[in-house]
Amino acid sequence: MERFEKADTNYPNPQNTGSEKTGTEKPGVITMINGPVVRGSGMSHFAMRELVQVGELGLTGEILQMDGDTSIIQVYEDTTGVRVGEPIRGLGRPLSVCLGPGLLGHIIDGIGRPLDRLMEAEGGFLARGTHLDPIDMGRSWEVTPLCKVGDTVSPGMAVAAVKETDLIENRVVVPRGVEGEVEFIAAPGYYRTSDPVARVRGASGVTPVMMYHYWPVRTPRPYKERLLPDEPLITGQRVIDGLFPISKGGVAAIPGGFGTGKTVTQHQLAKWSDARVVVYIGCGERGNEMTQVLEEFPSLEDPYSKKPLMQRTILIANTSNMPVAAREASIYTGITIAEYYRDMGYDVAMMADSTSRWAEALRELSGRLGEIPAEEGFPAYLATRLAEFYERAGKVRTFGDQTASISVIGAVSPPGGDFTEPVTRHTKRFIRCFWALDASLAHARHFPAISWTDSYSEYAEEVEDWYHQHVDPSWSALRGEARAVLAEDDTVQQTIRLMGEDVLPDSQRLVALTASLLKNGYLQQNSFSQDSFCPPEKGIMILKMILDFHNQAKKLVAGGCPLSLIRRMKELIELTHVRELAADDKAGFESLAKRLRERLAKVGSERLAGGGEEEAEPAPAPAQEGRGV
Amino acid sequence: MAALTEYTGIDKINGPIVMLKGIPGVGYDEVVEILPPGGGEARLGRAVMIGEDAVMVQVFAGTEGLVPATSRARFLGRPLEIALSPSILGRTFDGLGRPLDGSGPIYSDIKRNINGSPMNPMARVYPRDFINTGFSTIDVLMTLIRGQKLPIFSGNGLPHNQLAIQIASQARLVGTENFAVVFAGVGIKHDDAAAFASSLSRRGTNLVLFQNLADDPVIERIATPRYALTAAEYLAFDLGMHVLVIITDITSYCEALRELSVSRGEIPSRKGYPSYLYSDLASLYERAGVLKGKEGSITFLPILTMPNDDITNPVPDQTGFITEGQIVLSRELDARGVYPPIDPLPSLSRLMKDGIGKGYTREDHPSVSSQLFACYSRVQEVKALAEVVGGDELGDEDKAYLAFGEAFEKTYINQAKDENRDIGLSLDMSWKLLASLPASALTRISMEDMEKYIKPNQPNRQGPAEDAPAGKAAAAV
Repeated sequence: MERFEKADTNYPNPQNTGSEKTGTEKPGVITMINGPVVRGSGMSHFAMRELVQVGELGLTGEILQMDGDTSIIQVYEDTTGVRVGEPIRGLGRPLSVCLGPGLLGHIIDGIGRPLDRLMEAEGGFLARGTHLDPIDMGRSWEVTPLCKVGDTVSPGMAVAAVKETDLIENRVVVPRGVEGEVEFIAAPGYYRTSDPVARVRGASGVTPVMMYHYWPVRTPRPYKERLLPDEPLITGQRVIDGLFPISKGGVAAIPGGFGTGKTVTQHQLAKWSDARVVVYIGCGERGNEMTQVLEEFPSLEDPYSKKPLMQRTILIANTSNMPVAAREASIYTGITIAEYYRDMGYDVAMMADSTSRWAEALRELSGRLGEIPAEEGFPAYLATRLAEFYERAGKVRTFGDQTASISVIGAVSPPGGDFTEPVTRHTKRFIRCFWALDASLAHARHFPAISWTDSYSEYAEEVEDWYHQHVDPSWSALRGEARAVLAEDDTVQQTIRLMGEDVLPDSQRLVALTASLLKNGYLQQNSFSQDSFCPPEKGIMILKMILDFHNQAKKLVAGGCPLSLIRRMKELIELTHVRELAADDKAGFESLAKRLRERLAKVGSERLAGGGEEEAEPAPAPAQEGRGV
Repeated sequence: MAALTEYTGIDKINGPIVMLKGIPGVGYDEVVEILPPGGGEARLGRAVMIGEDAVMVQVFAGTEGLVPATSRARFLGRPLEIALSPSILGRTFDGLGRPLDGSGPIYSDIKRNINGSPMNPMARVYPRDFINTGFSTIDVLMTLIRGQKLPIFSGNGLPHNQLAIQIASQARLVGTENFAVVFAGVGIKHDDAAAFASSLSRRGTNLVLFQNLADDPVIERIATPRYALTAAEYLAFDLGMHVLVIITDITSYCEALRELSVSRGEIPSRKGYPSYLYSDLASLYERAGVLKGKEGSITFLPILTMPNDDITNPVPDQTGFITEGQIVLSRELDARGVYPPIDPLPSLSRLMKDGIGKGYTREDHPSVSSQLFACYSRVQEVKALAEVVGGDELGDEDKAYLAFGEAFEKTYINQAKDENRDIGLSLDMSWKLLASLPASALTRISMEDMEKYIKPNQPNRQGPAEDAPAGKAAAAV
């Protein structure tokens, strides 16, 4: 890798836009073109994984294989019109992304080109052979120094803060391998991205510290140590926070066939999770979905800071009709950016929608390379690549001695909704939180359509203490109780499907009733109402109310009170609508809880006093939507 | 460059693929004309792989009758292009964009590569404008939005063409003079193509027709949708028209892709389809949309027939992952005489959430559609139960659901072949149907809407819950 020696952090040319030629070096020659795969000869002096420019158009590509003086290149742009005999020029570095202030609030493509500035340059349709860095080198930023001349600094320490958005302070840290005394530090004021903010005198001379640097996307950024992910990532979604929680630094997968709501769930998480920075990757998905985020997020308020959500969000778009090789790269570009903000000490959440498209890009390229396929045409290294990717998530101590994390939530799109296909199956091995989307729930428009029987979370125990300290000491007890009712309901529903409800004893019908209250009043959440974000406290209030009802009713039923009397209570209808109340409407919740208790007590005492003369009357019961699954 | 030089001799012929050796400077995806011996009509082809010593060319019209030693090849130095001018309106072309109607070719300086370029997501406008199709099921439950790609998943023998024609003629977009339909028949029967052309042109719609009929060359089908979409892009983004693109049948297109892939010796993925089926379909579907600073729009209604009515077949499956929803036709509803036989439960419009409700259609639209889905889904469970225990054994509430389901299919989904319902009417009909169910079943309706919409439809009832039993209300339907 000596060819990449200088290429680790700061590249020698600060104006590096990817368009420079590496001097007098002899270019290679194209000898074969098969879609995004190109073969070149005369390339023995190139390096494996080197970034190259292909053809007269200068299309961006990456070397995948080398054999003697020929090499195989994957090209990140459409190769229409490229001819055999055209040159291949090396750039002397691997595929890298330029990291610096100016990423937040913007949208870039899979290989890190800014789509907003591309639009200014080329119009509404994407042209080819344009090279731009994701950040604007000429833009000026407000810089605040965090150290003094004469201070001793080591890698990972922040020397200056750059105000990137109102929400996020970008911290310029000392790069790897640089250690020593601060010889110069910028005074408070405005500086351009390309201006050095500090100079450090070390054993090997004076090194400037810049606001930006390049990082090879396939290399994980280092950290000091890994920590246990014991703090939950609050998502504002009851079914997740309440039943299947994810940690800050956790990894989760959302698998589901088309139309089950993967993207809506991902958008909800991007909007409401309490991460400081959100990286959203649209990998091989719809263009309009990215546009929706671009239009919607600037006008939405972050529930924690009350600033526009876009100020903490970075979008990476490689839509389904953009070149397939760049789709493969987009996942790495995204996680590298996430690591960059993690290294500043932030909790980062990354959504990848969808990892299946990424796996399919691997498959397509593998097929074009003529590799022998393993399962369903996927290459044999699919599992390795998935593991490498998911392992870049986690909660860590940074070199700057801060606790920070990357949580990764990957959508999976199994063909035909079949969870036994290779991508879902291998993904399950490397994630610890599985939110299975269920088609029958989605058909009944029960959203989020996260199945309460097929999903699981291994983080529940790790985050227990946090919930008990910060939200409610009964969190895990309530969670256990709710899951038990839902599981029991599952068997009850099977009987109902076969024989109808009338044959069941009241105790089991009560389970079905409570489960339907849970499904309609708790698990369901309308993402287009103010219930879209539900703080954990509100979730607990609803859960408590439903389970208190259940336990009280259970006693009454055991004492001989017919369920029909309980079912007729009009408070139950209110209970299924209690999620419509605002989170801070404590009085509203308490009033209903009180009325429920009183009404149940009254039903019980009337029953004892007057016998069951009303027993025979049929009564409306809350609907039982969706199969028990 | 060596364009327009003729080379004599073909080295290898395998199905639609020919190999030519020793030709310098060929560009990837370049157009090739293969001239059969004895001066027959030139056959168009495309360079699909360029190797060190040979070029692989896919011949659209097939390779029958080509003689390796004497056939000639001419490289044109450009990709497949279509000439565009406003005079394409009203014209009929074949699958490779050549006039079929007897009038001359289109002469224009504007020539576009039929593969197009991907839209920059930054340049898109998120589609929000409601299209009133006049079908209650579509308008209320799976609203079509201008700029959307919404496929019709159908089966052989189902009235998908009839439905598409009715949508095209009833759909109210802005001024009609600004509205055009681009129709591409991919591997369709002569009769279907003729029916489509005559019923739309009778209504005076601006129409551009591309036809690759069932007996036309199979490989041509790969190019046909691209000609249609390039024409649509011109009409929408150069001329500012609102364009509805209908392409039928996408399954034929995918089969052509599979055939080509197999003859190229590629490693197949599911059901023999190439591994790039998803990317390839996306390069068609993603061309729908609305662009910043442009007046027009492309709304895309692809029609596909699901082999064996199997929605998990790669063609509908991959399509559903790219398009913004789907309209699924049901053989069961069709057999019961319901037209259009749209099955609401698996159908979906992903863009409707932002194009309905206050300021778009009517404020009650989101909750009423969600509630109809929930109730109709419950109807299916009750039906399954009724099959086991018999209808008489059902509880009153379940009976109310059955009656609701019956009325929903017969009066709501079902409508006449020329019936054009306004969205307001469709929404009012929805409330009438829902009012037949007990209030406790309506968990998706807010307490407020319950007062406003359900009560007026229930003259004999007072409270939302503690009142007449459910069975009686159902009888009133």
